[in-house]
Amino acid sequence: MWDYSDKVKEHFFNPKNAGAVADANATGEVGSISCGDALRLTLKVDDDTEVILEAGFQTFGCGSAIASSSVLTEMIIGKTIDEALQVTNQDIAAQLEGLPPEKMHCSVMGREALQAAIANYRGEVWKDDHEEGALICKCFAIDAVMIEEMVWANKLRTVEDVTNFTKAGGGCASCHEDIEAILEKVLAEKGEKFDPGAAPVAQPEKIAAVKTPLTNLQRIKKIEEVLESLRPALMADGGDVELVEVIGNTAYVKMTGACNGCQMAAMTIAGIQQRLMEVMGEFIKVVPATEMAKLTNIEVA
Amino acid sequence: MADIYLDNNATTKVDHEVVDVMIPYFLEQYGNPSSIHKFADGVARGLKNARQQVQALIGCEHDSEIIFTSCGTESNSTALLSAIKAQPNKKEIITTTVEHPAILNLCEYLEKEGYTIHRLPVDKAGRLNVESYKKLLSDQVAIVSVMWANNETGTIFPVAEMAELANAAGVMFHTDAVQAVGKIPMMLQDTKIDMLSLSGHKLHAPKGIGVLYLRRGTRYRPLLRGGHQERGRRAGTENTASIVGLGKACELALRYIEYENTTVKELRDRLEKGITESIPHCFVTGDLYNRLPNTTDIAFEYIEGESILMLLNKSGIAASSGSACTSGSLEPSHVMRAMDIPYTAAHGTIRFSFSRYNTLSEVDEVLKVMPGIVATLRKLSPYWDGNGPVANPEQAFAPTYA
Repeated sequence: MWDYSDKVKEHFFNPKNAGAVADANATGEVGSISCGDALRLTLKVDDDTEVILEAGFQTFGCGSAIASSSVLTEMIIGKTIDEALQVTNQDIAAQLEGLPPEKMHCSVMGREALQAAIANYRGEVWKDDHEEGALICKCFAIDAVMIEEMVWANKLRTVEDVTNFTKAGGGCASCHEDIEAILEKVLAEKGEKFDPGAAPVAQPEKIAAVKTPLTNLQRIKKIEEVLESLRPALMADGGDVELVEVIGNTAYVKMTGACNGCQMAAMTIAGIQQRLMEVMGEFIKVVPATEMAKLTNIEVA
Repeated sequence: MADIYLDNNATTKVDHEVVDVMIPYFLEQYGNPSSIHKFADGVARGLKNARQQVQALIGCEHDSEIIFTSCGTESNSTALLSAIKAQPNKKEIITTTVEHPAILNLCEYLEKEGYTIHRLPVDKAGRLNVESYKKLLSDQVAIVSVMWANNETGTIFPVAEMAELANAAGVMFHTDAVQAVGKIPMMLQDTKIDMLSLSGHKLHAPKGIGVLYLRRGTRYRPLLRGGHQERGRRAGTENTASIVGLGKACELALRYIEYENTTVKELRDRLEKGITESIPHCFVTGDLYNRLPNTTDIAFEYIEGESILMLLNKSGIAASSGSACTSGSLEPSHVMRAMDIPYTAAHGTIRFSFSRYNTLSEVDEVLKVMPGIVATLRKLSPYWDGNGPVANPEQAFAPTYA
């Protein structure tokens, strides 16, 4: 079964604010096509202050769908609707101490129900703008629709291209056959033929590998440079990384945005570590900055 | 109460007697069966004995028709790929929409390679239409592959009859009998089945051992070439301990097959009756009158399977579900979709599958907790209102799907 966090289990076994709010004045009903789950969120909003006084959920779905709904209601009660709209699906996942990559869509459903309910309160009709497809790359949670769009938009031709543009296939590499199938399909639609040996459309920025011993300052600068080169890919996912400290061969980093709260953060960190070791030519351990608190010999601000 | 295991179609506990006969093959008779020294002395005899034990369970004519493989999937792949390699001019395959992924995904791959795949549909009770099957048989068909019994619903297919029809049309017939072997009696020598797959771990042998039955005279091309093992039909050093274990498991399955079809069946029926009588808005899926004795698949409407499993697990009960969420795939089970089960029910299907180890008190324990679990989840469901589903559930709750 899934590796659910204690927080997910807590909200599943003892859901908060289950059921519809009596005399609600905002209702959002959304479903996730990717697993058949569906959620109705009802809110009671104070018309003068626009503060959410009550929130209730009714969910047809799996453990993480129920937990996401439950934690969402807790997060938004007491907020104004403008404040509530700031809640992202990553916030929901983070509040649940992370969700498995296959289950991140449950947090998306929660966020969409909230948007739909607020649109309903304002007398608007909420329209969903993103489509979800079959999960292809489990390391980085990239689905087929995303890959197809990127192949079309950027005229990608090889698996390497797809990895450079979407990260898909950049982890364990097991999904390369599926990525090739997508390339074959899209290229056929364009009247082209898939050629695994085609030249990549764009080379990722290459950073010269370190050859001579570095001073401490040079070393830190070089690590920064590598992180800088990885940043665009992370930001494409709504995440970011920041170097906090380097002690010996350990680099402490802070994962922010979408990376925070996603269980894949560990996978991303492994990818950063791999890249750093390639360039630096030495063993470097990348560790979340939160681990620094466990060190006894340094002061943590 | 100790934990209750009702997921025997997924895999089974290895019988203690099976473990006991395996141990010497790890610690004493660990020689390579091809070697000529005392460490390999009894191994060839052990393999021969196991082959005969498998033969007795499936009722085939010769023990040399038994090829040991690593699992059911390997047996399935070997069978289909052998048929197309041996008959390169035949470009069609007939199978069903409700096969295990071990067959379906292989066929999907072969389709990309240019093969035409005919997938027989099933009706709402999961039954095949033999008439439409007859029309598809031709000299273009390399092989027919139809499961003996469905893993989710337990529905049994008329494979003996279908094999006769294939044989009359000059077409090879394979059956994935992974769920059927050991649960229902079979006598292969009285049928026209050319190839059959079985898997050890479904009948109290360990994981990692399977069998391909290959009728003598069936044209065959090995999947693995190399050494002379299995008469050159499946190269690779024999998994001796597991083969001996599988032999013992087959002997035990034969001994218990009546028990399986009487006592185990009664347990299944008691659970099924108890649940459908005490819980409103649930129904049994598949062909109720033609099923494996150990399986029941019940759809609980308006709630979702993974949630049910998590609450069952909390009560120490193991089962499985056809819900999309439990597999990480996009759709509810292809078997439920093939039977045209509405999705508010398909997502809430729970399969309870028994073995000879289950007891009456276990069934009663499940009956005690199940109504509460369903009620708890229905309280959360947007399709449910108080004591029953909302009026016109599909209209009353029509979310925007993304």
